[in-house]
Amino acid sequence: MVPVSWYLLLSALLFAIGTAGALTRRNGISVFLSIELMLNAANLSLVAFARQFDEHTGQVIVFFVMAVAAAEAAVGLALFIAVYRQRRTIDINRINLMRW
Amino acid sequence: METLVFAVFAFLAVASAIAVVAHRNPVYSTMSLVVTLFSVAVLFVMLGAPFLGVIQVLVYAGAIVVLFLFVIMLLNIQAEEMPQGGQMAQRIASILGAVVFAGMLGLVFWRTMQPNSPPLTEELVSLRNLSRELFFEYLLAFEMIGLLLLVAVIGATVVARRPQQADTTEDWAASGDAPRVDGARSEPHINPETGDRVAARAGRS
Repeated sequence: MVPVSWYLLLSALLFAIGTAGALTRRNGISVFLSIELMLNAANLSLVAFARQFDEHTGQVIVFFVMAVAAAEAAVGLALFIAVYRQRRTIDINRINLMRW
Repeated sequence: METLVFAVFAFLAVASAIAVVAHRNPVYSTMSLVVTLFSVAVLFVMLGAPFLGVIQVLVYAGAIVVLFLFVIMLLNIQAEEMPQGGQMAQRIASILGAVVFAGMLGLVFWRTMQPNSPPLTEELVSLRNLSRELFFEYLLAFEMIGLLLLVAVIGATVVARRPQQADTTEDWAASGDAPRVDGARSEPHINPETGDRVAARAGRS
């Protein structure tokens, strides 16, 4: 019997790894992948809480999070394609048109 | 037995997550992400959410990751160059911050959770109860998600659409005031200060 706290610890670990990746990577796609990792860590903790409290609400929220993640991936990758067409790079240090 | 399965897949998830973050080639990062998603799907099943495990494999590993791979190969992204100069300090600082963050988050979780969780009930695992909750209590949110996906697909298509070809705008070009639609070959449209760098990069690859 694995305690639910272990799942929560694993989720915290995955989230921290994703945070580090989102902060350090310069390739836009890799930053995106790190964000997907963070979303997944949050999903894991939601399912773990659903298990702990014997409720379905957490699982329903995870379902919605997955749908939103799919939409976000589609729009984000389309944006990357559009940016690449204009600037010939997706290095996030060089995509600084909106920096003030 | 359950502890062993958890240990194996937790280790697999963390190791491949580190590979996602650490690898310089985005294709390998994406492949490692598939391993992480599969491991998390197994953990979902162990937590009494088999439906979410299946959805995870189908939607994430099956659709989203393929989308990522498609874009990576479409754009022909090279592995990142090694970070130069001040990047190293940023990297160390963010890793340190991530470790502290994980420690704090883990501590909070550890403190709040009681060590023994209730046994897995049949109501939690059953798909019927989950769907009843989804289609009765959260019906509006479900419909909204469908609308959101529709809007996202339309938006993505519009954003990623290739700009109109020049042959459709020949009349405009002849009349002198051509609309600026030839974004695909738009070196003059690029910001002048970065235009030379862009041209140099395009020439190198």
